[in-house]
Amino acid sequence: MASVDPVRLTLPLDRAALADLEAGDACLLTGPLYTLRDAGHVRLMAELEAAGGQLPYGLDGQTIFYAGPTPAAAGRPFGAVGPTTASRMDFAAPALHRAGIAATVGKGRRSAEVREACAATGSVYFVACGGAAAYLAKCVASSETVAYDDLGTEALRRIEVVDFPVFVGVDVRGRDVYDLV
Amino acid sequence: MDTIITKSQVADAVYAAIPQLACELPADIAAGLEAARAAEDGPRGRAVLDQLVENARIARQDRVPICQDTGTVWVSLEIGPGVLAAGDVFADVDDAVARAYDEARLRKSVVRDAVLDRANTGDNTPAFCDVHPVDEAGTARLHVMLKGGGSDNASRVVMLVPGAGKQGIVDELVRCVREKGANACPPLVVGVGIGSTFDKVAGLAKRALMRPVDVPAADPRVRALEEELLEAVNATGVGPGGLGGRTTALAVRVATAPCHIAALPLAINMGCSAMRRCTVDLSAEEGLCHPERSAQRGFEGSRAASALSAAEEDGNVPLDRSSGLAARVGSFGSAPCGRPAQDGKSEGARRG
Repeated sequence: MASVDPVRLTLPLDRAALADLEAGDACLLTGPLYTLRDAGHVRLMAELEAAGGQLPYGLDGQTIFYAGPTPAAAGRPFGAVGPTTASRMDFAAPALHRAGIAATVGKGRRSAEVREACAATGSVYFVACGGAAAYLAKCVASSETVAYDDLGTEALRRIEVVDFPVFVGVDVRGRDVYDLV
Repeated sequence: MDTIITKSQVADAVYAAIPQLACELPADIAAGLEAARAAEDGPRGRAVLDQLVENARIARQDRVPICQDTGTVWVSLEIGPGVLAAGDVFADVDDAVARAYDEARLRKSVVRDAVLDRANTGDNTPAFCDVHPVDEAGTARLHVMLKGGGSDNASRVVMLVPGAGKQGIVDELVRCVREKGANACPPLVVGVGIGSTFDKVAGLAKRALMRPVDVPAADPRVRALEEELLEAVNATGVGPGGLGGRTTALAVRVATAPCHIAALPLAINMGCSAMRRCTVDLSAEEGLCHPERSAQRGFEGSRAASALSAAEEDGNVPLDRSSGLAARVGSFGSAPCGRPAQDGKSEGARRG
């Protein structure tokens, strides 16, 4: 039975803690997330291949958040941010998990290949609430651009989040929250 | 006497509408989400609705975007007899979009070419504009929608066979919701176009999204179909966020049209829980406009920047600055069966 009381998790994630999570569990994430989406994934995959499977930018063990924020307004640390559709990044996720990405955050169902990669590598996919970008932005303490600045909203950014609410979408056994529905 | 609609009127209305739409849910959607939350008993669905309702409050109060996907800008002008659109009335719209997205710090989500050059245009232009003649004297209605990519991606056009009938439509919609609904950020508003031709049916579905979720179709047959479709969608249990629950959609809006004897064209245009659209009456006093039919939440159509700076000062949204003019709701969805869609200008990028 999936837990409704949120599980508090610290980023970067402890693989041992991931093993206890079940699809549908509510979690609160605290620590660094790396935002990356469509165009950034194309570049990251090219760099991964060029480096013989080594993740650049200190991404090993980190969590990728599929998101492209709005620009920050004056006096705010960050703009509005929320998950984009994860399945568009299915082409890259299995290779990224094998290279060391511990988790991804997005919305919507993943492919069978991604579920299998989660099971094979002990990784998870988290689902965040789509369309709650003003709410989720309140969980962002700071942000810095890491790479691909020319991509605008699609750049690789490291953001520090506090109690960022998610559900376990795919757990380390490859079970899918959307199959519970 | 003829009313003349100018390009600056259209551009000013678009400029004013953009930051308002990006930061404040239309009243019908906000009320729909509140009602869905009150009715929800799925634990994850309830958590999603709690976040969405709180999100709308924060966005309105702090004047930040409801969703980080602040969309592409869709503009549709309906003009009736006695109204003249002078030349290219959309000529200044792209400039208005660029200024509004920059000033309101909204996301730029448009690439130069879908396949040949996916470089971001950097200012969220071009807007996607079209004009429709309607048979209502004096009408000059401007519809503005900020449409997210995730919900448009979950949409589809299917050319059914006439024998598939109403059940074929229900089945296709349920299939679409099961397969793609979670990607479109439910609770959804589903626009359904039925009839016309392959190219026109998608426009019917999109324009059906303009009718507020609490305004039933004028034609009782359309109303009954909408209720049947909504019941089928909510019976899937897909629920808020796709994570299970009672409310998968707030409403299904249907627009129908004539078609070929061999055809039953169907288009499904998914709208997300942040269904950001408004209707502005341009035939009213120049410079004043309204979101939808809403008299309780009017805004001044002159300068988005002044609304923004006012909001920044008092941390609130200007309310009740209504001009007292009765804006009319779009006729797209509520038109009786058999009214063909007329495209005066094909939907698409107006500038490369």
